[in-house]
Parts: sequence; structure tokens; C-alpha cells
Amino acid sequence: MKIAVCIKQVPARDSQPRLNEAHTWIREDGAAFEMNEPDAYALEEALRLKERHGGEVVVCSAGPGRVSQVLREALARGADRAIHVESDELVAADAFNVAGTLADAMRSESFDLVLTGLQSDDQGFAQTGVVLAERLGMPHATIIMEVQVEAAALRVKRELEGGWFQWMSMPLPAVLTIQSGINQLRYATLKGIMAAKKKEIRKVAAPAVLTSRQRVVNLYVPQKTKQAQVLGGTPAEAAKELVKRLRDEARVIE
Amino acid sequence: MILVVVEQREGKLNRASWEAIAGGQQLAAKAGGESVKIAVLGGDVGPVAAEVAGAAVTEVLTVSNAALEPYTADGYVQALVQVLGLHSASFVVFAHTYQARDFVPKLAARLERALVADVVGLTEAEGRPAFTRLVFQGKMAADVLPEGDRPYLITLQSGAIAADTVRRGATPAPVTPVNVVVDGSAIRQRPEAPFREAKQAVDLSQAVRIVAVGRGIKAQDKLPLAEELAKLLGAELGASRPICDSGWLPLERQVGSSGQTVAPKLYLALGISGAIQHAVGMKGSKTIVAINKDADAPIFEIADYGIVGDLFEVVPALIKELKS
Repeated sequence: MKIAVCIKQVPARDSQPRLNEAHTWIREDGAAFEMNEPDAYALEEALRLKERHGGEVVVCSAGPGRVSQVLREALARGADRAIHVESDELVAADAFNVAGTLADAMRSESFDLVLTGLQSDDQGFAQTGVVLAERLGMPHATIIMEVQVEAAALRVKRELEGGWFQWMSMPLPAVLTIQSGINQLRYATLKGIMAAKKKEIRKVAAPAVLTSRQRVVNLYVPQKTKQAQVLGGTPAEAAKELVKRLRDEARVIE
Repeated sequence: MILVVVEQREGKLNRASWEAIAGGQQLAAKAGGESVKIAVLGGDVGPVAAEVAGAAVTEVLTVSNAALEPYTADGYVQALVQVLGLHSASFVVFAHTYQARDFVPKLAARLERALVADVVGLTEAEGRPAFTRLVFQGKMAADVLPEGDRPYLITLQSGAIAADTVRRGATPAPVTPVNVVVDGSAIRQRPEAPFREAKQAVDLSQAVRIVAVGRGIKAQDKLPLAEELAKLLGAELGASRPICDSGWLPLERQVGSSGQTVAPKLYLALGISGAIQHAVGMKGSKTIVAINKDADAPIFEIADYGIVGDLFEVVPALIKELKS
């Protein structure tokens, strides 16, 4: 089975983004980036499917030059090769442009299965996988917790709201967006890191002109809906004050 | 015209749809007094149509077709493309449910129209309606303008607009059937009946107090610290998604958009950043306490009381204080 995994490089979860001067995006200088976590689960699922069914895992990403770092990391974890649609214009692209450029780069590969994380940690569109399915003419299913491959068909477990689930079948080729926690992630071994250096990252140029369907006009730190009373002092002092407030002011403990 | 597409399953309206209707009405006012219509898709949608006809809208469109029950992305996209061909809308509004997340991006791609998803607020920019979304895990908000040809598709995050702000009509809105042709052979997904996992042992939605742990707890062997605090407070233990993803606590303990929605008297968040997926599940709590090392964590934006500090220092101090 020939499996593609779409991976996005996003600002590190534990970093605080800083605004650019125009307040339309974040400042890239000094920012730390990492593999989008839901995509890491999609990669892991692809590697497990390959272990069971054979085939090839190809990681695909659309973004600026720095993106090759997460592609190399995916290769170190066990992916066979990579496709990088490289363009600085894709830094803050909308889901249509990301999915559109990825679809153009992936079409001739005739993948049997395409996996993505269910959403990204930066813009959080949760659209790229579904739009990609439409562009590639494939059926899709979202927020997947389990994948079973049966000949030319898939049976997948979807997560619904409020603790409900659903099994769904569809023919291959297909696109799935993967929920975090579907499996336990593996990390790259030293051997994998060495092997990754020899693996191919095919560079593909993005279209010269991208037409966006949405534009950020103002990026800002959200306004607080409540004014939290921040209790200071040593941990012991703060703890004492909190217990007092919860008893006497909020009256939520005895 | 603004079209609100409400959601039903087996003849039962998804409550989030009332928020979408309220959102459609507010957007109509912002957009200069446009009319609002509601569409409902499925098998037999008569009762749901009658229910939503109580809202102050000009018309309820019913799209009844056996091929639309149960829901599939392929079926819904086919049907809505036809509905929007017959009724030209400026905006199409959906609740940001798991179902909407599954098919609305496909619909937008098929129509080549903008989709602004997961909207938490309506605003204005450059003299037209703009939409606020949370980005970077809730650390930033973005006001976004959809571009290109209309209609623009919008999904509203749960709780963004209160359902009880829906304006009701003096008389029920007229209900009009819309005929669409759905090619069942072009529906590739074969859904099975929804189910719940083995009966849940804990019902967090009924808990009076909850102590919830997030990434900040760092390791599974640190959980007893949170458990001890929970016990002293008479609280249930909850968790954010990553804790359950790691297998440290069962999924039934998860609070958030993919877990349980809770509204206890006290919600004490330990090492939880407060990303939107978690916040939607707990922001209805009466009193929220956040203990987090990161003073910029979004959880402090919804907390009543906050302690900026290392939970491994603060929680033992709290335990000591509660014991004395």
C-alpha cells in the first residue's frame, strides 16, 4: 500500500508567539518550530499500516525552506521519502492553498491512502485533509481513532461528540484525518536518523500566484472574558489565600 | 439572504443548531438587514423543520431524501450544492459540530468558496462582516475576512453565541420543501450505527467539583498528587486530551470538545493551557481556578482565580493547607 502523510510544521506548543508589525502574523525570527502533533499521530498510523500491509510511506509538506526539518524528522522515524512543496508564500496560507498545492504535487503519485492530522496547532483550520480529498477526487472520513484495511476497502472508527463513535467503510483510495491518541508515538532512533540522511526529499515549486479565500486583518492577544484574580506570594501563601477565597468568597468548598 | 443549515440526526435537532440560528440572525443585522432562512437535511425532517420554524426567519427549507439518512459527507455535499444553486445566499452558517467539520470543507472546496471555520465572534473590518477565530492554541485571536465570490461559509464554535439570544417569530415561518436529486451510487461512505464504548464509569457532567490535569503534570507517576488534592476537595479527576492520548487516564475522564462537557461549581485546572478544544468543555464551570507556570496561558483568560507557579510546588502547599 502506498501511503502519503501530510505534515505541517508549526510553532512549538510551549512557545509564546510574538506579533509582527502589521499584526497580521507572527514574527518568525527567534521562533521555535516542531511537527504538528496530530500529524505525528497520522505518521505513526501510516508506519504501522506499512508494517502490517507492506508498501511505502511518503511524507508531504507545503511550506518554506525550514519545513525540511520536520520532513527529515519523519524520515528518521521510518518514512521512506518526502515531497516538499517549497514556497515562502505558504507560511500563513489558507487551507485551500495548502491542500491545493499538496494535491498538485501528490496527484501523479496515485496514493492508495492519504493521512493527515485532524487539525494544525497554528491556524487550526481542520480543513486541509477534507479539501485535499475533494481535490484528489477521493472519499474521506474525519477524526479517526482506528483504521482497518480490507483488500480495496477501509473500515475506520470515527469519533463523534459526547463519547459517541461510529464505524464507517469506504473504498480506497481515500483520505483520513487522524485524531491524536490513536496510537503511541515512536521516536527516531540513532540508526533512523543516520538512514534519513540518505532518503530523498523531492522539492516541488508552488504556483507563482496563490489566491487566498481568507485573510487575517488583525491578529492580537485575546481579550480576557474574566479578570482572573492572580494570587501571588510563595506557593504556601498563594495556596492559603486560594483556600480562603474558595471557602469565603466563591463558597465552593466547605 | 443568509442560510443557516441546522443539524439533525434521526429526527432530533442538535442543540448547537439554535446557536447557529442566533448567529445567522446577528450576522444578518450586521450585514445590513438581510433575510435569514433555515435549511434542514435528512430523511423525514418535518418535525425538526416545525421546531426551528419558531425562530424569526423568512422561510424553512426542508431537504428530505432517503439518501441523506444517515448522514454522509458525499450525500450532504451533493444536496447542499443544489440547494445553494436554487437559493443564492451571501453567507451559509453552520454550528461547528463534528458533522460540520466532516463535510463543510468539502462543500466549500466543491463550490470554490471561502470557509471561515470555528468562529468565536462576529466583528467588522473594512466595512463588512469579519469573523474572529482563535489560533495558535488559543494564544492569539485573528479577525478574518472571507474573500472571493459569495456565499461565504461560516461555522460557529459551540458557546460563541448563546442559543437563548435567538429571536422568535410571532408566527411560525413557512416551511418549503426543496427537491434535490441525490445519486446514492456516488455516496462512497458506508456508515454504521453510532455507539458508545462500554458504559462510562464516571459521569463528569454531574460532578460538583473537578480537579483536571493537563500536560503540565509531565508524567503518569505524578498523577497521585492530583488525586490526593481531588480527594481532599471531594472532586472528580478530569483531564485534557493529551493526558488521555498518552493513556495515563481513560478517555472517559477527558473534558473538552472531544470529551465531556462539564459545569461543576469548582473547576481546578492543573497545568492545562486552556486551548479552545478544552475550554469549550469547561468554561461553563461556576468557579475556575488555574494553576500554571505560563502566565500567558489562555486558561487565565477564563479563570476566576489564578496562581502562576509550578504545580509541583503549589499543589503540595494546597494539600497541606486543606489538611490543616
